[in-house]
Amino acid sequence: MSALLEVQGLGKRFGGLVANLDITFAIAPAQIIGLIGPNGAGKTTLFNCIAGFYPPSEGHIIFDGREVTGAAPDKMAMLGVARTFQLVRTFSTMSALENVTVATLLHDKRLSIARERAMQALEFCGLSRRASVVAANLTVAEQRRLEVARALGLEPKLLLLDEMMAGLNPAEVQEAVALVGRIQSRGIACLIVEHVMEGIMPIADQIVVLDYGRKIAQGTPAEVRQDPAVIAAYLGEA
Amino acid sequence: MIKRINPFLVVFAAACAAPLVVTNPSHQNFLILVMMSAQLGVAWNILGGYAGQVSFGHAAFFGIGAYTSTLLLIQFGVSPWIGMVAGGTVAMIFALLIGWPCFKLKGHYFAIATIAVAEILQVVFTNWTSVGSAVGLSLPMQQEGLKAFVFNASKLPYYYIALGLLIGTVLAARTIERSFLGHYFRAIKDEPEAARSVGVNLTRYKLVAISVSSFLTAAGGTLYAQKELFIDPASVMATSLSVKIALASILGGVGSLFGPVIGAGILTSIEEVTRQIFGGSGRGTDLILYGLIILVVAVYYPNGIVGGIKAWGERLAGREPGSESGR
Repeated sequence: MSALLEVQGLGKRFGGLVANLDITFAIAPAQIIGLIGPNGAGKTTLFNCIAGFYPPSEGHIIFDGREVTGAAPDKMAMLGVARTFQLVRTFSTMSALENVTVATLLHDKRLSIARERAMQALEFCGLSRRASVVAANLTVAEQRRLEVARALGLEPKLLLLDEMMAGLNPAEVQEAVALVGRIQSRGIACLIVEHVMEGIMPIADQIVVLDYGRKIAQGTPAEVRQDPAVIAAYLGEA
Repeated sequence: MIKRINPFLVVFAAACAAPLVVTNPSHQNFLILVMMSAQLGVAWNILGGYAGQVSFGHAAFFGIGAYTSTLLLIQFGVSPWIGMVAGGTVAMIFALLIGWPCFKLKGHYFAIATIAVAEILQVVFTNWTSVGSAVGLSLPMQQEGLKAFVFNASKLPYYYIALGLLIGTVLAARTIERSFLGHYFRAIKDEPEAARSVGVNLTRYKLVAISVSSFLTAAGGTLYAQKELFIDPASVMATSLSVKIALASILGGVGSLFGPVIGAGILTSIEEVTRQIFGGSGRGTDLILYGLIILVVAVYYPNGIVGGIKAWGERLAGREPGSESGR
């Protein structure tokens, strides 16, 4: 099976600060990859490079067989890469339905059709009853799900989820885990940045571990858990 | 469902019939001034309200509209009606050229850049002898009638032209509000980064907003020139005019369809009343009041009068303000 996304030797510097260095990995269609690492490991930077928000300093990003290194975010959305934000960025004055409609308009500029598709995305994320509520008045958990619904409204092939479980209670984490499962069963690949280990470990096919901007390990959740380098990164050298 | 009378049609009918009741020419002139500044407010709102790109340089577009149609008329005898479209087009091209670099700036920096651009344009026109420089341009008034766009005997035709232009501008804003553009503009205003992530090309859609906004503003400039039959940089390109255009929207309700109309009504009243009370010696009194209004609106009613009324109505209805979307 050919890869959906290939990241090859990716590096990103901000002035003298090296945020990412020589990162290489691939995602297959409908695969779930977890991206973990201590704070400041460069997870969100890597994310922003893939989503087109930062142009990489070196390396290549190949999506769906096409070189997309340095492509703008709206171009990436068009090609099939959708994302959520670590700090929720819903369109706060717009209703939940309108939030998702902005995304579904990508493929069809007719409002009636875009609204219909947006409603389906809301339903998929369990938000249909909150469709007319202004985003600013939703709970944090609902806002995170709204971001997922909005991202799904793009009908992506790859979904980048940035700490979607942060700040959620255990019941909400379980809901989020179930939602990711349903997304995967639709054939959408997911790259998930997560700190909540009980959220990511059961669902990820592969885990990529970053530390100080470099990839220090990759494997199944069970393998990664045993990896001495990973343990050292999280707990410190003995 | 109960069939309701469209409030828009009621206002329209009232506006059409108003000159039958308001027969005093100076009162009619007041209504014309209200509609002209309302039209500019609605046009500004497309860029500043919906798309959230606050401009304090709209006098540049207004002036370009006024100068283009006037120069075409004086130099080549082109009908002001054609001049109006030409002026809009020139303003649009100017807006695209200016917008391209300025839209790289965010928030306040964009607003500052628009002030600078309008200011530069005013200086250029003040010193450009072949367009009349600071002396200004007088328009020919010998020919009268609809074709010439000049009416000396009665101001009434200007009333209906201003009303027509206002309605056209409101309809344009309404069409945008209810199309995908309305969603895109509001998304850009709320969260530009998130808008990019769902495929909205920020620069492209900001340029769409400024094109429509500048075209309509320039059309208002041509109407002003034909009504006053005299233009100079100080009257059609002044920064105070830019502020007034923006203020109509900010006071009435940024991003609402009729907010700028209400705002324009209030501002024009202030302007006329202070002129009557203080006369020439009190010049600038209206500007002091504008300053106060900006303060009060910014602190207590950030969503303007329309936003304030909406929140009030929702509170009366026993709902949490903003719990349901108005649109």
